[in-house]
Amino acid sequence: MPGPFGESAIKADTLVKTYGEVTALAGLSFTVPAGSVFGLLGPNGAGKSTTMKILTTLSRPDSGTATVAGHDVLREPNEVRRAIGVVTQRSGTDPQATGRENLLLAGRIHGMRGTAARSRVDELLERFDLTSAADRVVRTYSGGMQRKLDVAMGLVHGPVVLFLDEPTTGLDPQARADMWAEIARLSAQERLTVLLTTHYLEEADHLAERLLIVDRGTAVASGTPDQLKSELRGDAVVIDLAPEADLGLAERAVEAMSGTHEVTVEGRTIRSRVDNGASAVPAVLAVLEREAVPVAAVTVARPALDDVYLRHTGRSFAIAGEVRV
Amino acid sequence: MAPLVSHSGYLTARLLRATLRQPAFVAISLVQPMMWLLLFGQLFERVVEIPGFAAGSYIDFLTPGVVVMTVLFSSGWAGMGFIEDMDRGVMDRMLASPISRMAMMVSSVVNQAVAIVVQSLIVVVVALLLGAEFAGGVVGVLVMLVAAVLLAAAFASLSNGMALVVRTQESLIGFSTMLTLPLSFMSSAMMAREAAPGWIQTVSRFNPVDWSVVASREALSADPDWSAVFARLGGLLAVAVVAVWLATRAFRSYQRSL
Repeated sequence: MPGPFGESAIKADTLVKTYGEVTALAGLSFTVPAGSVFGLLGPNGAGKSTTMKILTTLSRPDSGTATVAGHDVLREPNEVRRAIGVVTQRSGTDPQATGRENLLLAGRIHGMRGTAARSRVDELLERFDLTSAADRVVRTYSGGMQRKLDVAMGLVHGPVVLFLDEPTTGLDPQARADMWAEIARLSAQERLTVLLTTHYLEEADHLAERLLIVDRGTAVASGTPDQLKSELRGDAVVIDLAPEADLGLAERAVEAMSGTHEVTVEGRTIRSRVDNGASAVPAVLAVLEREAVPVAAVTVARPALDDVYLRHTGRSFAIAGEVRV
Repeated sequence: MAPLVSHSGYLTARLLRATLRQPAFVAISLVQPMMWLLLFGQLFERVVEIPGFAAGSYIDFLTPGVVVMTVLFSSGWAGMGFIEDMDRGVMDRMLASPISRMAMMVSSVVNQAVAIVVQSLIVVVVALLLGAEFAGGVVGVLVMLVAAVLLAAAFASLSNGMALVVRTQESLIGFSTMLTLPLSFMSSAMMAREAAPGWIQTVSRFNPVDWSVVASREALSADPDWSAVFARLGGLLAVAVVAVWLATRAFRSYQRSL
């Protein structure tokens, strides 16, 4: 869907940022289509947070340019600030103020007044299930409640672009699932453009319509999660044979098919990689039926994002992320 | 200008509410200046007998000094609030919003000013109970409050600006202590200028802390030299404005570090 600023809500063009000897960004470029959820995925130190800081006008790049919601982050920082909601990695809520006071302050800074501000705050408290805690100071909130309040604060003024920097880091599984549901709802109902960073592969896979994998300050791959995974050329087709089946016959039959590779047998299970799992399954079943090999089950598994990450960076995601404490 | 005023109002309300939610802090802030007045009053009671000491009652003499010490020891720490906001992420969230940077500085200054006025009034009441006469009357007390607020504005801004540059509590504590103690001793806050060594007398002429003490003491006297009072208030105003401006520029230094 084209947004009010044409097709793209965010354009980053060859961003470079160094901190002393350390290169955080080495010429990063990408475009985020308006109205989509876009994920920046990479291990700690990949340059995700630096990118966020530049796009939210907190930090200036050494070189390169970026526009957010149609405004240049360097030349029109105040216009950018009016158009965006920012949820930083650290909370950003005032622990000595109540949830309601935090939201009202955020709204008033954006020029909201009187009953309009108050009813918007009530609406957000209701939506994030914080109404009963609204008049307690934030210091007494659980981690999950604080994170919900953080997101609510980023939304008070109805931004065009929402930045979520590691929105679920430190949350327990239940709070994380709640947050995922809320983020999915945001993009579906509010036509928001959401840029989120994460170092959780499953989060990126689950939430983002488009992904950019960053490593050491540059983009290594981009596309939809499915596109990235299909670049690996090959879904896994797993065939479980019935006990009376002839294993050798089945293996030879599958190997002889066009488009199957890496056929392996383990127990009564035959695995192979195929270009397209969905169309391969009927063909495999037809071949095995012709050979009169009884089949117990066939499953297709798409490659996971960590396979993608491994392929593009040469490191497995788990190892790359281990520096994180 | 409109956002500066409204944003300053919202942010000041935030700071004042946070203070009132810490009753222990409020209690200590109210008791501390009283204790100084009582302690120093007793300790230096006979100092007026030193030749060259013009004032008659040491409590009368000491009150502006205690008010100024109170300013230094509360406004000097204003930057701690900025550092808490940085650590918590509040600072980054604000800087990524269309908030007026100057309002962030002004609200901190106004918050300090409110505290100083309350603390100073308590000192005045206790001094009166201890027998101070304050020949200058209500006008004299008002001048003392204005001088204290201007000095607080200068020190709170410097503390905030320093917080934005050093960004850690430890460094800010070091800076604040290094600045406030010598500046108060190199003034006539506790001791008549005439009784201090010559070089301190010279230095104190350029010390805004001393301007605040002298303007207050003069206005509280029976026959104030108003030109001396206004010259020093003018100097304090200039220092305060420059400090607020400089400290607001320090946001750039902070953002460069991000």
